[in-house]
Amino acid sequence: MAQSLERLRESASQTAGPYVHIGLTPNFCGIEGVYAADLGAAMVGEKARGDRIKVKIRVIDGAGVPLKDALVEVWQADAAGIYNSPSDQRGAADPHFFGWGRQATDMTSGECVFETIKPGRVPFFDGRPMAPHITVWIAARGINIGLHTRMYFGDEAQANAQDPVLARIEQPRAASLIAPRDGDTYSFDIHLQGENETVFFDI
Amino acid sequence: MTGKNPPSNLRPETGAFFQRDRAWHPPAFTPGYKSSVLRSPRRPLLSLDNTLSEITGPVFGHDILGELDDDLIYNFAAPGKAAIGPRIIVHGRVLDERGVGVGGALLEVWQANAGGRYRHRRETYLAPLDPNFGGCGRTITAEDGSYCFRTVQPGPYPWPNGPNDWRPAHIHFSVMGHGFAQRLITQMYFEGDPMIWKCPIVRTIGDPKAVEGLTAALDMQATIPMDARAYKFDIVLRGRRSTLFENRREGN
Ligand SMILES: [Fe+2]
Repeated sequence: MAQSLERLRESASQTAGPYVHIGLTPNFCGIEGVYAADLGAAMVGEKARGDRIKVKIRVIDGAGVPLKDALVEVWQADAAGIYNSPSDQRGAADPHFFGWGRQATDMTSGECVFETIKPGRVPFFDGRPMAPHITVWIAARGINIGLHTRMYFGDEAQANAQDPVLARIEQPRAASLIAPRDGDTYSFDIHLQGENETVFFDI
Repeated sequence: MTGKNPPSNLRPETGAFFQRDRAWHPPAFTPGYKSSVLRSPRRPLLSLDNTLSEITGPVFGHDILGELDDDLIYNFAAPGKAAIGPRIIVHGRVLDERGVGVGGALLEVWQANAGGRYRHRRETYLAPLDPNFGGCGRTITAEDGSYCFRTVQPGPYPWPNGPNDWRPAHIHFSVMGHGFAQRLITQMYFEGDPMIWKCPIVRTIGDPKAVEGLTAALDMQATIPMDARAYKFDIVLRGRRSTLFENRREGN
């Protein structure tokens, strides 16, 4: 016998269910007056540095239908590639950019839109630069454990070609993570299953 | 929101998180819970050691909280009114797998009212709304990871899955720790509820010990006499690896 490691086990995940809005975007679903605003509704302060962009996300089920009850969160670096987090010790992040956003998908169209800035490049754990990307996390009825994926930018072909994470994905699936640009808007369709299933990460 | 200012005097941790035990969590595809069928990825997840994008995460300061955010009995009620139902305190700690308290974690909760009815436009259960109950609350853990809120015990409710499926009484929890890889949504159940083991959503979890880990214990030492009973619910997030011996060059 040896000493016990005495580690705890992570609390098991359970689905967010159909009423996730009540807890996480109460103003969106008509519960007003409890919180002044839904957390994560605004990511960018007036003085934030960087290119203003919109990121339009849909989450599409195995029947090809966009989820109208999903909750989507994004997390990204600022324009200089620094995260606004104590765990990023490389320098001060832009104080006018929080880096985290949360939206419910629209109950009619299934879309949600994040108004943000284009992130800078962040190093991989071996120091090589990753291409600019946004981490996306999805919770919804029918999803038993939150899904992590990444959105890369369609107009960053050169950086994407050198990205160490995209390089691990067999073609053509890497394309599932690259959002095409139209004007100032990037559109990211996340497919939960089927021929075009998006790559999800165990991170 | 505090951004770079850590929630305590402790030096921020920068290590990668312990690998998630996917066999402990429910799998994506669980046909007994019908909604998962068309919403479950079928291909293997891509395993990736954490990069800065996962090691970091947003941190929230107490300045985002309103006075009644942690009190669901009063935070939606008209002046002088209160939500109807068994009054309870829910308290506990947010820890990580190393047993370390996670301070500054954002906890957001939502639940049905005492009759099992949610305040939501898609809700169809015939039990009535409580005009003084909204169903949401939030708090941020203290430095030792402890938290507390007050609410009414939610009722069980029927839901469209099988012909006669009922959810056990439960409170939904969303947890934000220190890194985005720790992001977790789960549900709290109540000790002694015979509905727990009949529920297709509970049964997406394979190991009964994992379900016990989501079942809050009646805690008579934490009650408020003549006011509210108490349930204790600890939440465990992924632990972090030490960075003590990482990136240390020869001779340093
Ligand atoms: Fe529920």
